[in-house]
Amino acid sequence: MTASAHGAHLAELNIATLLHPLDDPRIAPFVELLDPVNASADGAPGFVWRLVEEGADDATALRPAGEDVIVNLSVWETQEALWDFTYRSGHLEVMRRRREWFERHVKAHMVLWWVPAGHLPTVGEALERLADLQSHGPSPRAFTFTSSYTAAEAEAAGHLEAAQLT
Amino acid sequence: MKDIDAIAVLQDPVRRRLYEYVAAHGREVGRNEAAEASGVARNLAAHHLDKLTEAGLLESGSRRLTGRSGPGAGRPAKVYTRAQVERSVSLPARDYRTAAELLAEAAEQAGLDAGLCAAARRRGEALRGATAPCGSLEEAMEVLAGRGYEPHLEGAGDGGAPRAEDAGVARAEDHAAGAGADVQADAEQTAGAAAPVVRMRNCPFHAVAERFPPLVCGMNLALLEGLLGADGPVRARMDARPGECCVVLETSKNNDH
Repeated sequence: MTASAHGAHLAELNIATLLHPLDDPRIAPFVELLDPVNASADGAPGFVWRLVEEGADDATALRPAGEDVIVNLSVWETQEALWDFTYRSGHLEVMRRRREWFERHVKAHMVLWWVPAGHLPTVGEALERLADLQSHGPSPRAFTFTSSYTAAEAEAAGHLEAAQLT
Repeated sequence: MKDIDAIAVLQDPVRRRLYEYVAAHGREVGRNEAAEASGVARNLAAHHLDKLTEAGLLESGSRRLTGRSGPGAGRPAKVYTRAQVERSVSLPARDYRTAAELLAEAAEQAGLDAGLCAAARRRGEALRGATAPCGSLEEAMEVLAGRGYEPHLEGAGDGGAPRAEDAGVARAEDHAAGAGADVQADAEQTAGAAAPVVRMRNCPFHAVAERFPPLVCGMNLALLEGLLGADGPVRARMDARPGECCVVLETSKNNDH
């Protein structure tokens, strides 16, 4: 178990490049899944926070990484909680059909990093972690499910930062 | 303990019966229950259950089975569950796991989901052969049991809180095997009086599915769709939850609402 040591939470960013605009009928099955899957995230064990555009139910209209790139930014108590939601909930069905809706990414499109509990990462901070992973590979500062680090390892490496930003 | 030594522990027929009984239940099993089910004395069952635990095939814990607690509740009983660790022996040595992981990694990177699913569906159809599409959940359970999925019937409910339904699940299985009507009532009450679905305790592709979930779970769904047949009354769909196969089977008439 990767317990949430020292009051650390796990932040997650993933980006997805849409094959068609969100209002295209070919994307409709994905759009239909947005509300139920987001609701199941909000109710999932270990869920802390997810990025939502002000006045909207999700963050799909925010395009900080490109015009056709949607972002998903969230915070979880543990890596296990995030894994179970990602792959062992209704979210798996979205993942299974990803090739119908999204371009295949050559570079990393998902990044995990530890934040002090209570810190809500900004989009800029998240994109910087993704860029770190893409250019330097996994480290305690930016990693993936298959190359993960504990909060204690991140702290030891001096990467449990961002508390001063709050 | 090496895999071959752990597996050799099952050579003893009583141990093997006890192991299979515990493994089939997907929940904690007490000594008395296991002894009764295997037709041996409690002491002998306890001895063999502990041997199986030493070999790493079972895991043991303690639990008050009476539901009481505090002074006078009695000593906690020893309970057993199947260990999650995989054991396998291949003679001569073969390593299909590494091959599967490498192929999955390449397929994931190349985005070959659609091609993999098409192949899996064809394989499922080939395994079914000339047989008509699966006609009922009971028939589906036989097919799945033969392929190691460890299927069990469950009330359809809302899919939440699976662990709380364990007692009902075990009883629903008894019902499928021909137990009394009160058992069915009990199971329905536990699960919300919905139409039964088939869930599977075991994922035959567990290790690769954990590493590449969308790819391998999608492959598994396509394989099951081919195996059951597209035109019959039994339908497979994804309904992932922790600790089980991500696919659920239902009869199509339940989908009209």
